[in-house]
Amino acid sequence: MSRTPQNSSTKISSFVLVIIFIGLALSLSALMVALAYFGSGNEVLAGYFLLVGFLGVALSTYVLFQTRRRIMRLKIEIPPVTTTIECRKCGFKSVREFQRGDYIFKEVEPCQKCNDKMLITAIYREVKEKLSP
Amino acid sequence: MNIFAVISSLQNTVAQEPFGEFSWILNILFYVVFIIFIFYGQRIQMYVMIREVEGSLYKLKYIKDEGRKTAIETIKEIGKPQVDPTVRVDRFLEYFTISPQSLDPAGVVWKLEHILDVRDVRFKDEVKFMAPAADETQVNNLENTLEAAMALNYIYKVIRHYYLLGKKTLSLYIIMQLQMILPLVMREAEAYASALKAFAYGQPIGDGAGALVAAKLMYGHEKRKIPKDCVVATVPIEGRTAYVIKAEGPGGNVGKIGDGIRTVIEENEGKIATVIMIDAAMKLEGEEIGEVAEGVGAAIGGPGVDQFKIEESLLKYRIPINAVIVKEDIGDAVSPMRKEIFDAVDKTIERIKQVILEKTKEGDKVIIAGVGNTIGIGQ
Ligand SMILES: [Zn+2]
Repeated sequence: MSRTPQNSSTKISSFVLVIIFIGLALSLSALMVALAYFGSGNEVLAGYFLLVGFLGVALSTYVLFQTRRRIMRLKIEIPPVTTTIECRKCGFKSVREFQRGDYIFKEVEPCQKCNDKMLITAIYREVKEKLSP
Repeated sequence: MNIFAVISSLQNTVAQEPFGEFSWILNILFYVVFIIFIFYGQRIQMYVMIREVEGSLYKLKYIKDEGRKTAIETIKEIGKPQVDPTVRVDRFLEYFTISPQSLDPAGVVWKLEHILDVRDVRFKDEVKFMAPAADETQVNNLENTLEAAMALNYIYKVIRHYYLLGKKTLSLYIIMQLQMILPLVMREAEAYASALKAFAYGQPIGDGAGALVAAKLMYGHEKRKIPKDCVVATVPIEGRTAYVIKAEGPGGNVGKIGDGIRTVIEENEGKIATVIMIDAAMKLEGEEIGEVAEGVGAAIGGPGVDQFKIEESLLKYRIPINAVIVKEDIGDAVSPMRKEIFDAVDKTIERIKQVILEKTKEGDKVIIAGVGNTIGIGQ
C-alpha cells in the first residue's frame, strides 16, 4: 500500500490494514494448501481448505473496503448554498452561489432590466435525498 | 452451523485420515481456540468495542481540529488582527460556565440570567479583541462560530475521557455505554461542524425559521429597537394590529425575545388579544421536514430564562398564547437552511393568519414573535 493519508486517520487505518493483510495472506495460503490436497487426491480436506480460504478472502476484502470508506467519509462536506435575487418591480430573478455578506432582505446591485434596486429574497441549500419507502 | 461445529467436523475428518502430523495439530488448535473463547470471549469483544470507539474518537478529533482551524481562519480573514489569534482562540475554547446553585430554587432564573449575561459580554469582548476590524454583525457571527468550535472541543474531550477511563479500568460497562451513545454523539458533532461553517459564512440556518417568518411579515414596515437585541414592527394583518418581534439581524443572534414581548405588553398596558410564537422544533424520526404544527404555550428553546419571562408577563394579564412550529431535526436546525424549511415559511404565515382570524376580533392587538437565530436574515 503506497497510499499514506496525511491526516489523523493514519493511525487507525494502519493497524487495521496490518490485520487485514495477515488475514488475506492466511486465506491465500489456505487456498494453496487446498490445491496441494487436490493434487494428492484428498478431495474432502481440499474442499474444507477451499471453503476456509474463500471465506477469508471475502471477509478481508470486505473489511478493506469498509476502512477505505471510513477514510473517505472523514471529510466535512460544505453543502452548496444558493442565493436568490429578485427585482421587486419587474420580477426579474437570478440565482447564484452564496457569497459572504449575503443575507435575506439585503439590497444588492440594481436590476439589469429596469435599474430598480434588487433584493435577496432567499438563501437555502437543496438536498437531493434518496427516496425511502 | 457455528464455527465450533465446522472445526470439530473438520477435526473428525482429519482424524480418519492417514495424515498423522496434521491430525494432532488441528486437534490442539481446536482446543486452544475453544479455551480462548471460553475465558477471553468477553475481553475480545471489549477490545473490538474499544477499537470502534477509538475510530469514532479519531473522527471527532478530526472534526474538532477542522472546526478550530475554520474559526481561526475566519477570524484572521474578517477581523484582521495584529497578532496571531491562535493562542486566544485556544484559551477561548476552554472557557466554562458554572450554572447557579438551585438548592433554594426561588429566584434561580434571575441568577441564571445574570450569569448568561456576564458570559455573553465576556465572549463579545473577547471576540472584539481577537477581531478588531469586525463590525457588529461579524462579531456576532464570529462569536457563534467560536461557540460551535467550543461545543466540538467539549464533545471530543468528554468522549476521550470515557474512552481512556474505560481502557484504563477495562470496564466493559463504561465502554459499552460509550459505544451505545456514540451514533447520537457523532450526529451531534457533525451538526455542530456544519453549524460552524454556516456561522463562519453568515448563512441562515434551519433554526432561523421563526426569525425568517417574522422578517417576512415585517419587511417594508417601520422598525424600532426594543430590549434586548430585538426589533419590533407594527404590521396591519387582517384588520388587526400585529406587533412583529424578532432578534436583530443579520448577525448571529437570538436576542432576548422574553424582554421584547414584555416591553410590548407593558407598552400596551396588557391590552393584547393573543401572543403567537413561531419557532423551529425538533421533529421525530419519520416526520417530514418542514412540517408546520400548531399548539399552545411559549415556543422557545434555550436555557429557559426567556420562556420563564414570557410566561410571567402573560400570566400577569391573562393573555392567551399560541405557538406555530416548523419541524426539523438537529442536523437541519444548525446547518444552512434547507429548501423545505424555507418553503415552510409561507405555510407558517398562512397558519398565523388563520389563528389571528379565529382567535381575535377586528381592531385587536396581537404579538407575533419569531424565535430563533437570525443569522443571515435581515429585516
Ligand atoms: Zn427589474
